[in-house]
Amino acid sequence: MTFEPRIVGFLCNWCSYAGADLAGVSRISYPPNIRIIRLMCSGRLDPVIILETLAGGADGVIVMGCHPGDCHYVEGNLQAERKIRMLKKLIARTGLEPERLRLEWVSASEGGRFAELVKDFTSQLKKLGQSPLAEEKPDTKILAGVLAAKATAADFRLRVLVGKEKGLIEDANVYGEKVPEEELDKTMEEAIDAEYLRNRIYLMTKDEPLSVKELSKRLDLDPKAVLRHIVVMRRRGLVAIDRVEGTTPFYTALKVE
Amino acid sequence: MERAEEETPRIGVFVCHCGINIGGVVNVPKVVEYAKTLPNVVYAEDNLYTCSSEGLSKIKEGIGKYNLNRVVVASCTPRTHEPLFRATCEETGVNKYLFEMANIREHCSWAHMHEPEKATEKAKDIIRIAVAKARLIQPQKEPEIDVTPSALVIGGGVAGMTAALSLAEQGFRVHIIEKEPELGGTLRHLHKLYPTMQDASDALNQIIKAVESNKNIEVSTSTTIKEVKGFIGNFEATVQKVNGEAANLRVGTIIVATGADIFEPIGMYGYKEYGNVITQLQLEQLLKDGQLKKWERVIMIQCVGSREEKGRTYCSRICCMTALKNAVLIKELLPDTDVYILFRDLQTYGGRYEDYHRMAQDRGIKFIKYLQEKPPTVVSAENGKLTVNVYHALLGEQVTISGDLVVLSTPLTQHENAKELSQFLKVPLGSDGFFFEAHVKLRPIDFATDGIFVCGTAHSPKDTAESVSQALGVASRAAIPMAVKRLRTEAITAMVNENLCSGCGTCVKLCPYGAIEKDAKGVARVTEVMCKGCGVCGASCPEKAISMRHFTDEQVTAQALAALGRLTA
Repeated sequence: MTFEPRIVGFLCNWCSYAGADLAGVSRISYPPNIRIIRLMCSGRLDPVIILETLAGGADGVIVMGCHPGDCHYVEGNLQAERKIRMLKKLIARTGLEPERLRLEWVSASEGGRFAELVKDFTSQLKKLGQSPLAEEKPDTKILAGVLAAKATAADFRLRVLVGKEKGLIEDANVYGEKVPEEELDKTMEEAIDAEYLRNRIYLMTKDEPLSVKELSKRLDLDPKAVLRHIVVMRRRGLVAIDRVEGTTPFYTALKVE
Repeated sequence: MERAEEETPRIGVFVCHCGINIGGVVNVPKVVEYAKTLPNVVYAEDNLYTCSSEGLSKIKEGIGKYNLNRVVVASCTPRTHEPLFRATCEETGVNKYLFEMANIREHCSWAHMHEPEKATEKAKDIIRIAVAKARLIQPQKEPEIDVTPSALVIGGGVAGMTAALSLAEQGFRVHIIEKEPELGGTLRHLHKLYPTMQDASDALNQIIKAVESNKNIEVSTSTTIKEVKGFIGNFEATVQKVNGEAANLRVGTIIVATGADIFEPIGMYGYKEYGNVITQLQLEQLLKDGQLKKWERVIMIQCVGSREEKGRTYCSRICCMTALKNAVLIKELLPDTDVYILFRDLQTYGGRYEDYHRMAQDRGIKFIKYLQEKPPTVVSAENGKLTVNVYHALLGEQVTISGDLVVLSTPLTQHENAKELSQFLKVPLGSDGFFFEAHVKLRPIDFATDGIFVCGTAHSPKDTAESVSQALGVASRAAIPMAVKRLRTEAITAMVNENLCSGCGTCVKLCPYGAIEKDAKGVARVTEVMCKGCGVCGASCPEKAISMRHFTDEQVTAQALAALGRLTA
């Protein structure tokens, strides 16, 4: 039997869901691989939910919203775009293919476009193959990565950066300075890197106390960099020393409220 | 209704054949059997047409017989039939938000009619997703609000006055706030109106007289807005006169009719450098005052400061007709005067304006097309004349025209203080600076915020007839909530968990409706009647302190996992 990708589609009520309706009304056929979940706005979709869906074994997730300028809620779709842009960067670090997540604009009159997109995404996923998390025994390394990504997407720092992105670029910060887009992109990349690694460390040390050396081996990361993260995490009350063997401290994750 | 909250969900699933629309593709009996196996589903049946009166009574029967507290109908799109099924639930004492729909027609049988087996499997999945949500949904209440039957019209130009008159004639109280010392707006500075050539002052005086004699209208001139609070039905505006005197107005609706400025082309084509380079607005004044001179030649230049590569990229819509009208007026008064119009594209849209264009050509007005990349230049010549050099796009060569007067056609632009007003009202401005409507095609005079409307040139450049049409439109839009008097608002709104909120303000900035504020405790507070339930705040909240009624994270996640076959009892 050929591989049939399982796609979860999150569609906004006003444009894309109506576009999918129109595809049906017009009897345009497309592969039956998509399962549609209706939201009021694509901007409502929390990045955590997308990662949960991917961790749950979806071969692909497609988010559809109104075309820019057509959003029923002014610009919820642009907020969705910011979130997905961040998410793709985050997913790329986990070992899962970021192409498994797509964002597309579909209007209420674009039944044909909706069908084409489902067709295209299905064949793209067929080429990509089954998600390593969809198998009976999911790839543990990638799953650990996606779970760390999920924790990262739930954390304050990235959410605040994404949430304030528009304001920082278009208006100004409290000091009246506008932040250039490139600069914000750089900050975002750095934040994604740091927070993702910290969540990896947190989840690893939750399972068992680990030394910097062991962490650096498992993360394939310079021990100095690992130590820097540990310092930050200790300050935030996320990890503490479990025990010292010889001169090597072992760190363990603390429970966070 | 509260009882459902405490009870274990008892879900009834009604699968519709829709004649052969679903039943001809999807194996409905098989799907019904599958539905019965899902957690919390206590009853499932199939109907030929669930939306028929027979089908609806089957739902009511099922609710009574099996003590259902959640209903799932697997049929067509919720976009058309959800209200009907919700009403049926409500009639039987089940809160309408305890209903969930599974779209197995538009999204399944119609799209996969050539793959019946796969369609049947997909229909099962769609029902599983709906059941996953139905298990978690809660009853919701739609808040009701009273509407104050009075309107605030900001701006006393032709648009604002027309809207005010229409509302006053429908019996509503109207306050007009005008920042200038007198009513009239831009029309006060114009000579004649195209294409009828009626005196602008005649048209204006009629309206002003009607406004001033209408008992339902209160006019405040030399007055500006200082603050606006509240929401549809219950706005509170603070207004202030130039002398500092302030007043509070309680109104149900607000109309933005603040008009536009006319761009002053300083530094362009010798404007302000040579006395005989003027704008169309200045020419209107000369025509009004009867101060035309025996000019040998008048040269008009179009698109001065509009349709630019960057900045004012828009077409100002009125300048072509304004130039034609003033050219014809000059020709009528001074038949020997040559009038040239240098244009990029002459946009005399529609039947009447195109006829006017032809008439102008017949009167001997001369047209030269220039290119944006080779704009005309104006230099001063001897004896007070001006020399205009222009690349004639049709001849393909440079031509030189000497004239006594150069008239620049400049665009309408947004007022400087529009930004402040947009912040007071929490309504957006577009990239061109003009007020931005809720939907360009379907809601062209509403703002996304309920109860606030826009008309006239505050919205975009337009002529008097178009402004008046929009003004009559907004009057009718604003009258609806005031006539209804009581409104039900959205139940799907945002909820803040105060214990989790850190007061970072991300949601306050993101909310397109200004529905979230920080309260005295420094935590986010949602004004429910202003919230439209888009959920952007919740999906962005750094502390995950905001959840959306009827679309909670838990519900959406459960649906996503159910789509992957994961639905556990």
